Amino acid sequence: MSNPFSLLGKVILVTGASSGIGKRTAIECSKSGAQLIITGRNAERLSQTFEELEGQSHRQIVADVSVDAGLNELVSSLPKLDGIVHVAGISKPKPFAFLNRKELDEIMNTNFYGPTLLTNILIRKKLLNKNASIVFISSISGVSCSFLGGASYSASKGAINGIIKGMALELAAKQIRVNSILPGMIDTGIFDGSAISEQDLIEDRKRYPLGRYGKPEDIAYAVIYLLSDASSWITGSNLLIDGGFTLI
Amino acid sequence: MEIQKFVQNFAAQFEETDAEVFKSDTIFREIDEWSSLTALSIIAMVDEEYSVKLTGEDIRNSKLIEDIYQIVLSRID
Repeated sequence: MSNPFSLLGKVILVTGASSGIGKRTAIECSKSGAQLIITGRNAERLSQTFEELEGQSHRQIVADVSVDAGLNELVSSLPKLDGIVHVAGISKPKPFAFLNRKELDEIMNTNFYGPTLLTNILIRKKLLNKNASIVFISSISGVSCSFLGGASYSASKGAINGIIKGMALELAAKQIRVNSILPGMIDTGIFDGSAISEQDLIEDRKRYPLGRYGKPEDIAYAVIYLLSDASSWITGSNLLIDGGFTLI
Repeated sequence: MEIQKFVQNFAAQFEETDAEVFKSDTIFREIDEWSSLTALSIIAMVDEEYSVKLTGEDIRNSKLIEDIYQIVLSRID
């Protein structure tokens, strides 16, 4: 009997695959049978992810999807896809009063314009197969809540929340599904060396009803579900994975 | 960079606390108004005024306003 959760035979593009959620997602997708194309900005770390992929015929492409040149170069070397997982993202905690156009541009370019325009180009070039599934890694921040210094990050994730609704509606005609995942805090080192201290994180961790931060695989498994045929009637949804954080 | 100006910039991140409270040897964490948001504001102010990146750990490891000043001083190009 075939497994509806399998990704066997599917060609999946994962951005932000050099580390964190993107890395774990790529590895777990490969274990589920997918043929991966992984991309990220850091060649060395991307190739570390690549070496951990199970199976054959995967590809790695170093690219910065936050700039047009990077997007175009990436797309020019892509085959037809059955799925995209937009993981590439940054966070630079800063109080709202200190934001400026440069700061906002930087975060919006990586977190919103990059994934949105990448999908847009792939659609234009008809590089997405019928029944393809597009997954955006959004956040609880910007949809359900925010955090101190997180206004710009929340804005970028809120923007994703909006655009997936419109995309899902229009792409349904092509049987292409678009969904997002709303993770709570995941242990990925996203705040290493930032304005948020380790002590802040230790305190924050205590606020999660399930008693821990998420692990990258908590998100990766949900991505597999949304990429697989098991979720073929799910589009335009936000899957909340936050250890109960937003219940309080 | 003068420490006096730095202390002024530091004080400017507070809304309620009287400016006279702020001296180079002030233990900033003991100011009633001190909070995680003030810490983020100090880091953002230092980035904006001095183009120096401080981390949350830098603030955590400092006690006096002058301690932060010294870190900033050591990182100015």
